[in-house]
Amino acid sequence: MAGKADEAPSARAVILARIRGAMGPAIGRAGSPQQSAAAGWHALPRDYRRTAALGPDERLLLLEDRLRDYGAHVERVTAATVPKAIGRRLLERGEPTMLVPAGLPEGLLPRTTTFTEDAGFSATELDRFSGVLTLAAAAIATTGTLVLQNLPGQGRRAATLIPDYHLCIVAADDVMETVPEAMDRLRATAALPTTFISGPSATADIEMTRIQGVHGPRVLDVLVVVAG
Amino acid sequence: MSLGSALDPKTAPTFPMAARTSLGDMLLRKNVRHATEVIQAKRGRVVAEMPDWEALREAGRALRAHTLAHLDVYLEQFERNCTAAGGVVHWARDAEEARRIVVDLVKATGTREAIKIKSMTTEEIQLNPALEAAGVHAYETDLAELILQLGEEQPSHIVVPALHKNRQQVREIFRREMQLPELGETPQDLADAARRFLRDKFLRVRTGVSGANFLIAETGGVVVVESEGNGRMCLTLPETLITVAGIDKVVPRYRDLEVLLQLLPRSATGERMNPYNSIWTGVHAGDGPQSFHVVLLDNARTEVLADEAARETLHCIRCGACQNACPVYRQTGGHAYGSVYAGPIGAILTPQLERMDHAQSLPYASSLCGACYEVCPVKINIPEVLIHLRNKVVRRETAGMGVLTHPEAWAMELAGAIFRSERRFRAAQRLGRMAGRPLESKDGNGERWVGWLPGMLGGWTRVRDLKAMPKESFREWFARRDTNGKAAGDGRQG
Repeated sequence: MAGKADEAPSARAVILARIRGAMGPAIGRAGSPQQSAAAGWHALPRDYRRTAALGPDERLLLLEDRLRDYGAHVERVTAATVPKAIGRRLLERGEPTMLVPAGLPEGLLPRTTTFTEDAGFSATELDRFSGVLTLAAAAIATTGTLVLQNLPGQGRRAATLIPDYHLCIVAADDVMETVPEAMDRLRATAALPTTFISGPSATADIEMTRIQGVHGPRVLDVLVVVAG
Repeated sequence: MSLGSALDPKTAPTFPMAARTSLGDMLLRKNVRHATEVIQAKRGRVVAEMPDWEALREAGRALRAHTLAHLDVYLEQFERNCTAAGGVVHWARDAEEARRIVVDLVKATGTREAIKIKSMTTEEIQLNPALEAAGVHAYETDLAELILQLGEEQPSHIVVPALHKNRQQVREIFRREMQLPELGETPQDLADAARRFLRDKFLRVRTGVSGANFLIAETGGVVVVESEGNGRMCLTLPETLITVAGIDKVVPRYRDLEVLLQLLPRSATGERMNPYNSIWTGVHAGDGPQSFHVVLLDNARTEVLADEAARETLHCIRCGACQNACPVYRQTGGHAYGSVYAGPIGAILTPQLERMDHAQSLPYASSLCGACYEVCPVKINIPEVLIHLRNKVVRRETAGMGVLTHPEAWAMELAGAIFRSERRFRAAQRLGRMAGRPLESKDGNGERWVGWLPGMLGGWTRVRDLKAMPKESFREWFARRDTNGKAAGDGRQG
């Protein structure tokens, strides 16, 4: 590592000089290179859809349809029925050993099942859990995507990766219709570890046949919580 | 065909030679045809449901061109922000330097194993043999890459690297290498075998190596797009993560992902969104590797940047749509290109990454049909770049040579002289008609064809007939029409 310190800056200088040489003199650029880049960025064409076109109910229907298309199980529930719905899902999934992140709201979980809160377990310890329950930061209807960030109730990335079953709860208010709306919302927390999840893990590497479930969770259930 | 050694454009046979071998492999052609047809159909469906697809493509093109125009600014910004978030940024001028940096970093961790995410950039720099030589075993964890690693094969597609293998061939490799004599042959059986084979390695190995789909200048974040979850395993569970990325992978701002994350999955695998996208920024206490390195790789990318007519090659976001659409790739598969970057994008990228010293036959591995341009999510005009590179190859080959001693250059000079003068062009047309007449014969429909041409021109007629020159050129017809009074068409209008 010590030797690198002498070499790395020179490679950096060489590459940056090559880039500046390749692009030629900055004719017609106003201000500093940074100001010129910013001005150019603001002028970029963005004529694609950036806003919602659907009503609230159509938006949820689209999300549910897209999630089912990936092979996820989806249910619409109200805040009051969430604990019951969780209990039903777990029963149907064979009562997996459940892990939860810290920071879930009080009263969300049914009292009938034991949930273990993530205490920074090692990968091997995480492997002893067969299921995990989390909230989501946002969902994207057009693409059937759930977005998780390292926030209370969503937890760290490994926790939603090693257990084979993921039960995800998303509030209807957090469902965006388009990708641009979701990126706008996520921008404030962009630096947090972030995972976009679109259905259970899958591969099409063998003869382009989609197979559900390789290394990530093989089963994904989603509860969409609406007011009521 | 044994491809145990890495695909290396420096030692690969020319495309026509390698393509002949591939074309003789009926199974390979069947597998490639099947896979490319399935992906194309899926892509067609999910692209058709996007009313704003063309606006997205134009936004993608403009965004990539803008990024390259300010590449120095954005790379420095990425470095600053990644470093501030706890990452360490390294710069590598070429493949050799990148290999040395990665090998040193892995050795410094004290581990003898690494888990790897599919990365064409690490294939490009031939990282795995360098790690092996240093006593580090790298486990490929993407299903396709695992098939290739265990089968000692080479990737033939950017997105689906083992698409030239069918399920029976994959089963044979897994049976032998995983010692599973009873293994079934459904894709589900094979994926389950990969899950079991890799599980303990994910939980045990303390060093991960990845590529990157995008680097975000504004935040210092890195984006990896994948399907299986193997990527998330490699990015999340190890203590040390080393990411190798071409300098072309940077994007200006977080918000720009709204364009690229719509274009890439639909173009690459025909999905509305691939199962997993990971975005992380430096290191985050309690979540993921606590030691994170990014190696920014030049490896002749700055030379591509310097060639204004070919610069757009670097717009590529590695979706592979051009490979699936290419009539040449669909016949030959990827190995004939002698590079990890096969198909139309490989035909323009590989020779440039080799500084035009190698792979000079690749710009000719195309019929210039334009299918690649139509499907490219960032609108790279591949046919135009191909012609530009052909021109470069010819100029290199004829450098220091008199024009008359090089037949192709001579023919081009002559054609140029003819096209420059209307009088010479007309004379050449008449001459062509006269010269062709003795060679013509009529088919059942009375159409005239030429089935044999002499000398160099015979290259055309060896595999197909040439339609005979028409008796009259358009100009001749037009002139006659003027002198013979009004033609029938005008009468109808009146």
